Amino acid sequence: MTASAATAAAAGTGLDTALILTRVGEHLAYSGLAVGIAVLLAVPAGLLIGHAGRGAWMIAGANALRALPSLGLMTLLVLLLGAGLIPPTIALVLLAIPPVLSHTAAGIATADRAAVDAAYAMGMTGRQVLLQVRIPVALPLMVAGLRSAVLQVVATATIAAFVNLGGIGRFIFDGLAVRDYDRVVLGAVLVAGLALVLDGLLALVAKATAPGRVRGLRARSPQASVRP
Amino acid sequence: MIWLLENPDPFWPLLAEHTVLSVLPTLLGLLFALPVGAALRGRPRARALAVLIAGILFTIPSLALFVVIPGVLGTQILDPLNVVLALTLYALALLVRAVLDSLDGVPVAVRSAAQAMGYAPARRIAAVELPIALPVLIPALRVVLVTNVSLVSVGAVIGIGGLGRLFTAGYQRSYPDQILAGIIGTVVLALVLDRLLALVGRSLTRWDRAGRTAA
Repeated sequence: MTASAATAAAAGTGLDTALILTRVGEHLAYSGLAVGIAVLLAVPAGLLIGHAGRGAWMIAGANALRALPSLGLMTLLVLLLGAGLIPPTIALVLLAIPPVLSHTAAGIATADRAAVDAAYAMGMTGRQVLLQVRIPVALPLMVAGLRSAVLQVVATATIAAFVNLGGIGRFIFDGLAVRDYDRVVLGAVLVAGLALVLDGLLALVAKATAPGRVRGLRARSPQASVRP
Repeated sequence: MIWLLENPDPFWPLLAEHTVLSVLPTLLGLLFALPVGAALRGRPRARALAVLIAGILFTIPSLALFVVIPGVLGTQILDPLNVVLALTLYALALLVRAVLDSLDGVPVAVRSAAQAMGYAPARRIAAVELPIALPVLIPALRVVLVTNVSLVSVGAVIGIGGLGRLFTAGYQRSYPDQILAGIIGTVVLALVLDRLLALVGRSLTRWDRAGRTAA
């Protein structure tokens, strides 16, 4: 549905497929870079907060970040640091950190107490408990945080075009500038389609990481597939 | 900040516009979500479908919705109605789930007792179930409100966006101070509205904390 709508809108604007693919590629690159950096920063921090039970102030701080307007931050950074990839990347990273950090910390902290205690009682070290018990149990929630971050970043990466970068936002801003409504709609449909596709892919990842779906385990013991 | 001190006059109308554009869709979303949520309860299939549609709706980027709505409805692209409508849809998508989840939390015994006392379904939901559902509903409403405050500023790129217009204007004039004033205004507005809603929630749910301290 999305693809045919995009094709129809593209036909009206006379833009070629190569350009559309370039813009989608740029959009994915900006989004991937920002989400990647956010994961590198927020996942270790979330693991630490959840596992050690310390640094809860970081969660409160990250939640306050949610109120920060990305467009304002990005335009301010362009004026202060100059144009380029850095301003939108910083704005998008700050957008992606809160959901990843809070979901990771919550998942690790709320991992089944009995399982954690049992692991310690079996003689596991703190590191083993984190890696072998808490992270596998927290994985679905961590993926949910990633999903929410990806949705927000892909949607917001459109504003990179406002400071003269590429990405799908280019179609929306150029279309508005020359009053070419078809081009605006093409941009809107492409962003929505990309968001839906990525969300669908991550939904599959979430399903694969759900408890009771560990490879091999399911085949051997039927109890493992019973969910609480 | 110097810009704000020297130019307080253009700031206040933008703040007022921003407040209206973020609060109005939140209230409208709640107004629609309550009957929709109440109607979907007890209809598992319709409920699953509605939750799925709400999830898909939420993946559509706000900027995309802002620019597509005029084409669908025939409104002017600079009409603030586009932003109000788009944000109302988001609020509705988030709140239908929250209303369902919060009503699920009402103890069955309470529902049955209200029913036995002769409450008609609509009155039972409004007078008995909704107050009990508030502790779950209010946090969701706060998330929607804060999200709306930040989404409104994106509207600035199409010419409607309250304080967001300080971002576009400041950027075009290469004037960081003006952008900073907009950022601070937006963040403060979000925090104040969030706090206000939390206080309203607290005053409406005193019984919740009273029960907790007694127990």
